Amino acid sequence: MIKIENVTKKFPGMEIPAVKDLNLEIKEGDICVLVGPSGCGKTTTMKMINRIHEPTSGSIYIDGQDALKMNPIKLRLDIGYVIQEIGLFPHMTIEENVATVPNEKKWPKEKTKKKVAEMLTLVGLDPELHGKRYPSELSGGQRQRVGVARAMATDPPIMLMDEPFGAVDPITRAKLQNEFLRIQERVGKTIVFVTHDIDEAIKMGDTIAVMRDGELVQHASPNDLLSAPADEFVSSLVGRNRSIKRLHLIRIREILSDLDRPKPAKVDTSVDDIRKQLDESDIRSVMVVDRDNKLKGIIGINDLKKKTGEQAADYIQELDQSVTSDATLNDALSVMLECGEGYVAVVNEDDQYQGTITLGDLLNVVKEDE
Amino acid sequence: MAKTLFRWLFVPLLLIAAGIVISVYTVNNPTDSLVARALTYDSILKSLREHLWLMLVSMIGAIVVGVLVGIMLSRPKLYYLGRGVENVVNVGQTIPSLAILALFFTIIGLGFRVAVFALFLYSILPILRNTFAGIINVPDSIIESARGMGMSPFRILTLIELPLAFPIIVAGIRTAIVINVGAATLATFIAAGGLGELIVIGLSLRRDMIVLTGASLAALTAIILDYLIGQVEAKVVKWV
Repeated sequence: MIKIENVTKKFPGMEIPAVKDLNLEIKEGDICVLVGPSGCGKTTTMKMINRIHEPTSGSIYIDGQDALKMNPIKLRLDIGYVIQEIGLFPHMTIEENVATVPNEKKWPKEKTKKKVAEMLTLVGLDPELHGKRYPSELSGGQRQRVGVARAMATDPPIMLMDEPFGAVDPITRAKLQNEFLRIQERVGKTIVFVTHDIDEAIKMGDTIAVMRDGELVQHASPNDLLSAPADEFVSSLVGRNRSIKRLHLIRIREILSDLDRPKPAKVDTSVDDIRKQLDESDIRSVMVVDRDNKLKGIIGINDLKKKTGEQAADYIQELDQSVTSDATLNDALSVMLECGEGYVAVVNEDDQYQGTITLGDLLNVVKEDE
Repeated sequence: MAKTLFRWLFVPLLLIAAGIVISVYTVNNPTDSLVARALTYDSILKSLREHLWLMLVSMIGAIVVGVLVGIMLSRPKLYYLGRGVENVVNVGQTIPSLAILALFFTIIGLGFRVAVFALFLYSILPILRNTFAGIINVPDSIIESARGMGMSPFRILTLIELPLAFPIIVAGIRTAIVINVGAATLATFIAAGGLGELIVIGLSLRRDMIVLTGASLAALTAIILDYLIGQVEAKVVKWV
C-alpha cells in the first residue's frame, strides 16, 4: 500500500540528513508504528508521505502510484492527517472542523452534515451536544477525538497520525487507544502512527519500525520485536521487563473465556444464597448485576457481616473502576494498581458484566510466556 | 431583529443626540458676538462634513491598502521583507502627525487631497502592522494541519489565517481611528478644513466655547466609529 524506497531527506542548512536512505513497506490495513527517540526522523518520514516535506531523493509509492508525481493537494485530500497538537481550527465549531475535508472535496451539504454526525458518533461524541461548540470548550480528550473524526471524515484509505493521543492523561489515553483500535477493526485503514512511547507502539502496532538517527533499525511485529530485538539499541528501547510489555499485546477478551468464574449475583438474590455460595467456595466476594446484566457492584464476605438486609441490593459496594473487554491486560493491571485491589470487573460497551480478571490471571499469562 | 438593531444603534444615537444638544446650545447661547459669528449651524455643519470626509476617505483607503499589503508581506516568500517593513512602520509611527502634515505641505502643497493623503499614510501603519502580525502569529500547527488535509494556500488564507487574525486586524483599525481623529483636527493647518478649524479659530479668538464645541464633536465622532467597529467585531468573533 505504502512503499518508501531509498528516501533521504536533508533539510537546508543541516549537515546530517534527517532521514537516511530509508526503505519501508506498509501493508494495506496495517497500523505501522514509527518509534524512536526525538530527532530520529520518524515524524519527518511520516510527513514525506503526504509531502508536507519533500524527499531530497528516493521515491514513495502509494498503491503503486508515484506520490511525488501526484498533485500534492489531491494526494492530501485522500490521506487522513492527525498531528501532535491536533491543530483544530479554533474559530470553527466542532461540526465545521470535522467538515473540513468534505468541504474541500465539495461534497453536497446534506451528505456532509450526515457524515459529520456519523463521525462524531463514531468517536463517542454527541453531535447534538458537542457539534455547535468551539474547540476551546472541549476537554483535551474530546479534542483528540475530534481530531480523529476530522481526519476520517471522507473515509480516506490511509491515515497519518503523529502522537495523536499525546496530550492527555494516561487513563484517557488508554481509553482513546482502545476506542481507536475498536474503530480500526471495523474500518481497516492503512495507518502510519508516530510515537516515542514504546508501550503505545507495542499496543497499537501491527508492525513496529524502530528508527535511530534517520535510519531504520528494525521493522517487525511487536512480538518479534520483543523476542528478537535486532541490536542493543532496540533491546534498550523495549527495556528489560519484556514480559510485562507483553501484557500490552493481549486483550482481556482473549483470556476471559478460558477463565472459570462464579456467576454474578442478581440485585434481588437473597443474602442467604450469597452467603452459601461464598461459604462453599474459596472466593471471598461476588459481583452483583441488575436485571439487564449491568454491573452494580460487589459484595465481599465482610460486607455480609456488617450490615443487615435481605437482598443483595442492601449490601452492594460500588466499584470505582471497571475495564472493557477490548482493553489490554496492561490496562487491567494499571486499574488494579490504581484501585489497590487484586481484581477488576470486565464490562462491555453497554456496561454489562462480562467477567472478572484477577492479579493471578495476569501472573499466569506472564508465566506461560516464559 | 428590531430589538438587536435597537441595541446596535442605541449608543451611537445617544452620542449623536449629545452632539446635537451641544451644537444647539452653543449656537443659541453665544457668550458674545465673536462666538455668535463663528458658531452658526452652517459653520458647524460645514466643519463636521469636511471632518467626516477627511476621516472616512483616509480610513477606507488605509484599511484596504493596509490589509492587502499586510497579507502580501505575510506570504512565506516575502516574510523577511515583511519583518523589515514592520520595523520601518514602527519607526514611522513615532513621527508626530503635525510633522507629517508639515512634510507633505512642503512637498505637495495645500488642500483637502493633501490632508487625506497624509492621514491615509499615517493610518495605514497600525493596520498594516497588525494584519502582518496577526497572520504571522497563527500557530504553525493549525496551518500545518490545514495543509495536511489538502487545503490550498488561498483557502488557508481566506478560511484560516484571516479569520484567526481578524481580532488583531480590527484592533489595528481601532488604533488607526484614534490616531486619525486626532490628526484630522490638524488638517486645518494646511487649509483642509474640518473640526480643527473651529478649534483653531477658538484658540486665536480666545473663546473656549468655540474650542470646546469643535473638540467635543471630534471626540464624539471617534467614539461612535470605534463603537460601531467594536460591535462588528463582537458579531464576527464568537470563538474566543
